[in-house]
Amino acid sequence: MATEVEIRAPEGQMTSRQLAERKAPEREFVRFTRLQRTLHACMIVSFLSLALTGLSLKFSYTGWAVTLSHLVGGFQTAGFIHRTAALVMFGTFITHLVDLYRLKKQEYGSWRKLLLGPNTMLPTRQDWKQFAATMKWFVGAGPRPQYGRWTYWEKFDYFAVFWGIFIIGSSGLTLWFPIFFTHFLPGSFINVATIIHSDEALLATGFIFTVHFFNTHLRPEKFPMDTTVFTGHVPLAELKRDTPLEYEALVASGQLEAYLEEPQPEIVVKTIRVFAWIALGIGFSIVVWIIYAMLFAYR
Amino acid sequence: MKRATVQGGGHTDRGQGCRKNLQPTTLIRSRCLVPGKKLFLSQSHYLFLFFLLGTFSLPGRAVEPSQGADNDTCLACHSDKTLSTKRGAQTVSLFVDGKKFSASVHSGLSCTSCHADLEGKDLPHDTPLKKVNCGTCHTQEYEQHSRSLHGKAVARGDPLAPRCVDCHGNHDILPIKDSRSAVAPLKVPFVCGRCHREGTPVQTSRKIDQHDILENYSESIHGEGLLKKGLIVAPNCASCHTPHSILPHTDPNSSIARRNIATTCTKCHAQIEEVHRKTIKGELWEKKSHMLPACVDCHQPHKVRKVFYTQGMADADCLRCHSNEHLKSSDGRVMFMRASEVAGSRHAKVACSQCHSEVNASRVRPCETITHKVDCASCHAEIGQLYQRSTHGQLLAKNDPNAPTCKECHGTHHVLGRHDPQSFTFATNVPTLCGRCHREGQKAALRYVGTQHEIIQHYTESIHGKGLLKSGLTVTATCNNCHTAHSVLPTSDPNSTVNPKNLPATCGACHHGIQEQFVQSVHSTLITKTDKELPVCSDCHSAHSIRRTDEAGFKLDIMDRCGRCHEQIAVTYFETYHGKVSRLGYTKTAKCYDCHGAHDILRVTDPRSHLSRANVVATCQKCHATATRRFAGYLTHATHHDPKKYPFLFWSFWGMTVLLIGTFLVGGVHTLLWLPRAIQMRRKLRAAEEREKAASSLSPEQASTSAAEDD
Repeated sequence: MATEVEIRAPEGQMTSRQLAERKAPEREFVRFTRLQRTLHACMIVSFLSLALTGLSLKFSYTGWAVTLSHLVGGFQTAGFIHRTAALVMFGTFITHLVDLYRLKKQEYGSWRKLLLGPNTMLPTRQDWKQFAATMKWFVGAGPRPQYGRWTYWEKFDYFAVFWGIFIIGSSGLTLWFPIFFTHFLPGSFINVATIIHSDEALLATGFIFTVHFFNTHLRPEKFPMDTTVFTGHVPLAELKRDTPLEYEALVASGQLEAYLEEPQPEIVVKTIRVFAWIALGIGFSIVVWIIYAMLFAYR
Repeated sequence: MKRATVQGGGHTDRGQGCRKNLQPTTLIRSRCLVPGKKLFLSQSHYLFLFFLLGTFSLPGRAVEPSQGADNDTCLACHSDKTLSTKRGAQTVSLFVDGKKFSASVHSGLSCTSCHADLEGKDLPHDTPLKKVNCGTCHTQEYEQHSRSLHGKAVARGDPLAPRCVDCHGNHDILPIKDSRSAVAPLKVPFVCGRCHREGTPVQTSRKIDQHDILENYSESIHGEGLLKKGLIVAPNCASCHTPHSILPHTDPNSSIARRNIATTCTKCHAQIEEVHRKTIKGELWEKKSHMLPACVDCHQPHKVRKVFYTQGMADADCLRCHSNEHLKSSDGRVMFMRASEVAGSRHAKVACSQCHSEVNASRVRPCETITHKVDCASCHAEIGQLYQRSTHGQLLAKNDPNAPTCKECHGTHHVLGRHDPQSFTFATNVPTLCGRCHREGQKAALRYVGTQHEIIQHYTESIHGKGLLKSGLTVTATCNNCHTAHSVLPTSDPNSTVNPKNLPATCGACHHGIQEQFVQSVHSTLITKTDKELPVCSDCHSAHSIRRTDEAGFKLDIMDRCGRCHEQIAVTYFETYHGKVSRLGYTKTAKCYDCHGAHDILRVTDPRSHLSRANVVATCQKCHATATRRFAGYLTHATHHDPKKYPFLFWSFWGMTVLLIGTFLVGGVHTLLWLPRAIQMRRKLRAAEEREKAASSLSPEQASTSAAEDD
């Protein structure tokens, strides 16, 4: 909350009349497109649904699981929700791949430019360097590195999703259609798929709801929330501070102006915050639940 | 009676007795006859003797002439039919039919053998003569008679008292086997009936408890046999009362005394106790006759017929006192007996004295001789034995005040059959009945130390209880269906119906089909030989809280039930999908019995097993309609903790776990290292903002200017 006050400090001092009169406040840098933001929201909804319904089965020995299962209308409904959410996530993933193709076609012209350009999502030598520099900074042996468009931890998160979708998705499909899969796999592979599916899910949920939450939303300098991924906008000051390399590159190429937009309307921001808080709340609850189930009630 | 006076001086003995006791030659030589002596007889006596002479001269009769001559002397007078004398106001005939005498059992005797006071007297002799003493020859009979009711009356000088002649006649006594004999079996009822029939002076003026004796007898099965069917072996009066030792039933020596009656009846009805073994234990017959009703309590004397038992010996007598509502015993117990209670009960046709045995009808208060409590086992012998062996009976044997006796469950006078809805023992009333003691807090529940609690409440909520009490199905099992009514024993007792050994058969009484499957299954002691305890019905279904097996409660519970023995199997079941779903509280997933069967569980190696190679796919197909053989390879009891049995799962699990721990380690360390730097950064940013704020508050104009510029 404190950060919010700070960020909004200039507006907070204005009267509502003044606010209405103000046509162009500080414009913000557009970091994510509308489609990317929508896909992230879809990810959140489907991921949380998958986590809740899936973990209720994994931790069926806890009272919470039983309550939750009944809350959603029984294990059959839970299973239905789980599969629907899985489809949504597959859809999200495919849409993203299609979007990448569009991006290649419309903005980069070739895969090489997309994948090997300065804004690539693929890990580069610079990422390793920055990782090393970050470690130095962490231990007080150097300054904070100058990060570019995508930091190494963002790239890690991005590919973790690829990995997760592949592992959880494939094992999930095996469990969804066991009779089909056992036409060419032994029956015990369903057992293996169960272990992989459930443990990988544990990894995904655990990682997202702790490390990812911290890295991108809960870092003290952004606490309690970084809404960039929902609004798509980064205040210029933050852009300069967090990813100075990108800022500099934009200024140097003179493209910065093209990426500046007016801030999202207040109502949109507020709605986004409510949504994000709910998602965060569910995420943290799941973490607490996992810790309880794994450490105190494990059987 | 009249006859007795008329024939005052006749002979009263049976030929048989004389023959038995004394040889004719002896008689002649010693006391009976003294040949050569001159008799002084009256005219009539001479006639009598003449008549006798004629009789004895008949061919085929070996009669000593000297004797005949003596008797002829008597008949010289007594063969005159008009010979008579006056006794008081009555004219008495003194005629003696010589023909009949010579045909009688006494034909070999001289007149003076009986009329001993005429011995050596001049004829015609003085009158009246002394009464003939048959006891001179018939010593035994004479003594019996003199001790009997009849003899004592004679001694008292009772004018109604019967003497020998009154039954046997005098000069015309015939052998008993001769149908013309006065005491031939067929005639006995009439001989006795002369006095003992309604309206006679004896019956009206003497104390005789029985009424309509002759009528009742003639209608009884005995009388019918004798009189209608001509069965001379059928008992007549003398068969029960004896011919000469007639005594009242209150006399302990009487053949009809309570303690002798059985002996009397068994003279003919030999081994009748074998027939009555169900109602009267054979061994009690003589040892504990006081515990038993006497024959006549059920089979009324003189009325012995198919309609027997209808009337109590003395119900009316009992009710004379016990119908008084205010009647109390000396120790304050209410002794009132509502006759209608018995009348409407199962014992409506049972007399008071059949249960309250030991009564003595000769007493003013017949019940004062009662020393024992009612023993239902005297009729319900088998049940009594069962009861004695039961926990209830054992408590009673120890004089435990809590011990329930027959009446605690069945009541006393208003005993109703268990098919009567009003009865305590009617199926729907049984839980309440047993609950009187076995409900929590009651005396039986208080002393109980086992594992079953709130028995009645649990039963009421169980499928049996609901079936019985809610659905009103009287065929549903209630307490006694499992525990029996009278052989109630604790589970630990090997004879108990609820002992694990016997339980399958107990439940199988209704659930027969299940029992058939069960005894073939691995859980049956017939199939599996092990020193471990095998489960029986109650281990899965419980004892008193048996639930519907098609409801969620049972379905979810069964895995834990199986898991009590199959511990590891249950644990691994719960690690797989089926187990996890059931843990969530849903039943629409495979439970133990869906795959293994419920009661027909067989070893997987058994080709008949649901899980044998031949059957397993079909078993999976019950839920997974399109299941294939390879699908059936799914490990339903897999665990990833066993590297030998399930290496695939073991390594998958540890691979994933290492990945997980590794990722979390890296991510966690990265985050934790970052945290202090991030906090530091935040502080710096805040400080910078503070400064900015301070600067802007110092120059508000600047701020407004900049706002205007923006416009």
